[in-house]
Amino acid sequence: MAKVLVFIDNPGQALKKSSLELLTIARSLGETVAAVNGELHDAAAAALAAYGAEALYVPSAADLDAYLVGPKAAFLAAAVDAAGADVVMAENSAEGKEIAARLGIRLGAGVITDVVAVDADGTAHKSVLAGSYTTTAKATTPVSVLTVKSNSITPEPAASATAPESVTVQLPADATAASARVTARNEKPASGRPDLAEARIVVAGGRGVDGNFGPLEELADALGAAIGASRAATDAGWIGHDAQVGQTGKTVSPQLYISAGISGAIQQKAGMQTAKVIVAVNKDAESPIFEIADFGIVGDLFQVLPQATAEIKKRKG
Amino acid sequence: MKIIVLVKHVPDAQFDRHLTGEANTVDRSESILSELDEYALEAALQLIEARGGEAAGNKVIALSMGPAGAVNAVKKSLQIGATEGVHLSDEALAGSDAAATSLALAAAIRHLGADTPADLILTGMASTDGETSLVPAQLAERLGLPQVTFAASLELDGGKLTARRDGDTHADTIEAELPAVVSVTDQINDPRYPNFKGIMAAKKKTITTLSLADIGVDPAHVGTSGSWTVVETAEARPPRTAGTIITDDGDAGIQLVEFLAAQKLL
Ligand SMILES: Cc1cc2nc3c(=O)[nH]c(=O)nc-3n(C[C@H](O)[C@H](O)[C@H](O)COP(=O)(O)OP(=O)(O)OC[C@H]3O[C@@H](n4cnc5c(N)ncnc54)[C@H](O)[C@@H]3O)c2cc1C
Repeated sequence: MAKVLVFIDNPGQALKKSSLELLTIARSLGETVAAVNGELHDAAAAALAAYGAEALYVPSAADLDAYLVGPKAAFLAAAVDAAGADVVMAENSAEGKEIAARLGIRLGAGVITDVVAVDADGTAHKSVLAGSYTTTAKATTPVSVLTVKSNSITPEPAASATAPESVTVQLPADATAASARVTARNEKPASGRPDLAEARIVVAGGRGVDGNFGPLEELADALGAAIGASRAATDAGWIGHDAQVGQTGKTVSPQLYISAGISGAIQQKAGMQTAKVIVAVNKDAESPIFEIADFGIVGDLFQVLPQATAEIKKRKG
Repeated sequence: MKIIVLVKHVPDAQFDRHLTGEANTVDRSESILSELDEYALEAALQLIEARGGEAAGNKVIALSMGPAGAVNAVKKSLQIGATEGVHLSDEALAGSDAAATSLALAAAIRHLGADTPADLILTGMASTDGETSLVPAQLAERLGLPQVTFAASLELDGGKLTARRDGDTHADTIEAELPAVVSVTDQINDPRYPNFKGIMAAKKKTITTLSLADIGVDPAHVGTSGSWTVVETAEARPPRTAGTIITDDGDAGIQLVEFLAAQKLL
């Protein structure tokens, strides 16, 4: 049976859904332990126990967030040694992938990113070339490192909770030597909407919103959705770059993607075409987005979206 | 200063892209310089131009690893303004995963820095084919250098670099000492196009071809044999097809809600 180490970076007050997903997949592969960086609050510790973590590995230093990636990879490599883990799982965020990348070199381990499912024998499933192929891949090394996309599985607590003991892992002396430092951090205000990468529904706007995301936000709130955007909208400064969906933004795979005032350029499609259902609202019937939409409306988003929002509110009472 | 920019020859994303062969590697017949690498090249050119350009002894070396056709990515980089081109090409490299790629590139970078080490290694934020973003971080780990990835801005002051990086919940300012490995996003600049003068000038620039023997890498450590991951199966996803398209006659919003209700999405 495999031993799986799940990396949880800054758990916060409670564990994120994506962390619960990692723990759920890990348990299907074997004995699960967690490596935790950052403060561990009671609720997060309770969730780790409920999700079956047999042990918690914590770093001997508290300042890993002051550096970019390198020291976290060094910590994880030491945690893998201490735990004798065969599989490491991390989040598929930009930082998660980089930590996995460096960890792979440190351990001589194959790294597979963008994973959506893992078989009991460690075979990973993922899609490549902007969603045009689904593939299975495997690491050929004794240890494998996987970064798993959020929304890949429904989190399930373990049949019986554990009482994990905490083990401090000594960081190697040179862990921070050749690392870039984070010298300033500006927190962005939270929107209160679901996280774009994890959301079940995404309402995305492009150049067609002409600076006014209001109708999209109202529809998003009626649907409990996250807001996304095309690069034209983020470049115009109408919304933050973190909302960008596409080749150089986020890749999303929600149940529903509503595209409004977006033409559907190849770089935009690269980030959303694995959505289960695609709805497009666009004034121009020739827009390429209609080639992939399950339901397309040729019309003005400023008419269509508010009408839809009002109708949803009416139906929900 | 000496900057090495990694440039990749990738299948043009405007066309259908395919996996081929037993190892399920990407078919590279219709390939171009990865557009995300143009931002790295532009960043390098701006840095040396601000320091007196080539005349002041600054250099931008475009380095590409790949089969024969990959030399086109190097040529395009020279047309855009790189001072020298290097093409790392060897049959044994075919099918390399990120780990094997970073091994070969790290050896090539050490080879190119044998006399004067590079001050900066610049890359795009991801290749537009593999899309893993693993290589810059793995290169930094192998070279023992700081990495600054996803830089949306980049400034150099003597031996120190400062970059801005835009995360989901926060925006960070990052500092590192040179030499460093830096990957840049498409937010950092507007890449220039090759002009007639650049195209003519490129013809006089040298392109060095390196083999694994030249950089001292054992062929067993790269390619499919040296890779730490294998793609076992690949299946083309059926392309999406268009569904129902309606034109708004005043009630499209309501029809939209009916569609969502029928799909159980409300
Ligand atoms: C290297 C590179 C990376 C890129 N990465 C990304 C990426 O990650 N994500 C991304 O999105 N793009 C990306 N792009 C840009 C991409 O090529 C397109 O330029 C961009 O997606 C266009 O955005 P848009 O559809 O909002 O704007 P446009 O193409 O201008 O389309 C606007 C659409 O809005 C419609 N419209 C206007 N008014 C209304 C109205 N009132 N009601 C309804 N419809 C209306 C118009 O008919 C039109 O179809 C990238 C480009 C490059 C070169």
